[in-house]
Amino acid sequence: MESIIYNFFNVEVMIRARYLLWLGLQVTLKLAFLSLLLAILVGLFLAVLRNLRIPLLNALIIIYVDLFRALPTIVLFMLVYFTWPYFGISLPRYWSAVVALTINGGAYFEEIFRAGIESIDKGQTEASRALGLSFTQTMFSVILPQAVRVVLPPATSNALELIKTTVLASVIALPELMKQAQQAHGSLANPTPLIMAALIFLVLLWPLVRLTGYLERRFAK
Amino acid sequence: MNFRDLFHYFFNFKFFIITLPDLLRGLVVTVEIAALSLTLGFVLGLVLAVIRVTLKHSGTAGVLRILNFPLVVYIDVLRAIPPLVTLIVVYYALPFINITIPRFWAAVLTFVVILSAFAEEIFRATIEAIDRGQIEAARSLGLSYLQSMAYVVIPQAFKIALPPLTSRMIAVTKDVSLASVIGVADLLKKARAAQSLYANPTPLFSAALLFTLFFLPLVRLSMYIEKKLAE
Repeated sequence: MESIIYNFFNVEVMIRARYLLWLGLQVTLKLAFLSLLLAILVGLFLAVLRNLRIPLLNALIIIYVDLFRALPTIVLFMLVYFTWPYFGISLPRYWSAVVALTINGGAYFEEIFRAGIESIDKGQTEASRALGLSFTQTMFSVILPQAVRVVLPPATSNALELIKTTVLASVIALPELMKQAQQAHGSLANPTPLIMAALIFLVLLWPLVRLTGYLERRFAK
Repeated sequence: MNFRDLFHYFFNFKFFIITLPDLLRGLVVTVEIAALSLTLGFVLGLVLAVIRVTLKHSGTAGVLRILNFPLVVYIDVLRAIPPLVTLIVVYYALPFINITIPRFWAAVLTFVVILSAFAEEIFRATIEAIDRGQIEAARSLGLSYLQSMAYVVIPQAFKIALPPLTSRMIAVTKDVSLASVIGVADLLKKARAAQSLYANPTPLFSAALLFTLFFLPLVRLSMYIEKKLAE
């Protein structure tokens, strides 16, 4: 018991590591918000585009979605950060992480939004178009508001997954929460910072886990 | 940047052939971890779900319900904390309290507990979706509680559970490549090592290709199952 407190909940180590972890948390939050926003925009854009049913364009979107749903995200992080420089595209760590998270999250969001749009009866589109609304107006004022019901549960769960995925930025040495925790763990020779990072993620994401479950039950009926 | 550069760096055939045997050995390790994690995580998730459903309907045995609380904590914690964090805690933090697990098994343990938490949620929701009359009928026909669960309720629940379960299993299998972070010699680790050795990113690209070839059929299969069962 004493060993557990000394190694996992060491107050002295907590005090010494708090500044590093605070810096890391800020990076994690910024990365999560920006990537989430961009991934949702990319997903929404592609889902609306796919609804236009242009064969060649749809084939490209399907290839994009399938490819990045199949490729492990950590591999994508490494491809962006370690191989793009050979092409002359050298992104800083932070932007490499944003790009990887957006590409990966966008693929999942596209599928979610598409399922939502397809769940709305085609008659709705036809009626709106007959009433003189443009394609964009139909999408944004008629179809998408109704699709929210179908989209909200999987989108929340996907947002949770995307935020959890931000820790992969630590493998390209971006100083986010987990990287800082590992650094503090190394320099203080005590794993308390690792436990602190885990607890911070728990506090941050536990409400989202509960919300996901709640939305799934609520909209299942 | 021209085509010759592209082929030199990304599809360098010489490096592709040289590194392929090593990458395939890495793929075998990836598949081993995935197979063990999926089987054990699946079984553990099912057991936990049956325990929780049983606790919920155990009637007056109120004391037993206290057991529900640690299970909820276990499940929520593993769903909230990113898999990489869990993996690093298991491999780097546990040895400080004298629990040392070899890399390979640390990875297996991590993915088993994570999958079990997600599988439990899925199984529990679907078991509860099966009408109570089913289990009452089975019991009145003389089947024991566990028999009616195993032969009547679970087979029916399994059908509804399949689509979310397949997609979660794919997600966990993809996470197996995180094991390279703690030094497991899996496909990704081998690719990174070869990349630094030859100062050429072809091995990383080959690994991405192997991963995609491996997972694409699974992604397609899960979409197919989803469609099939939705009908």
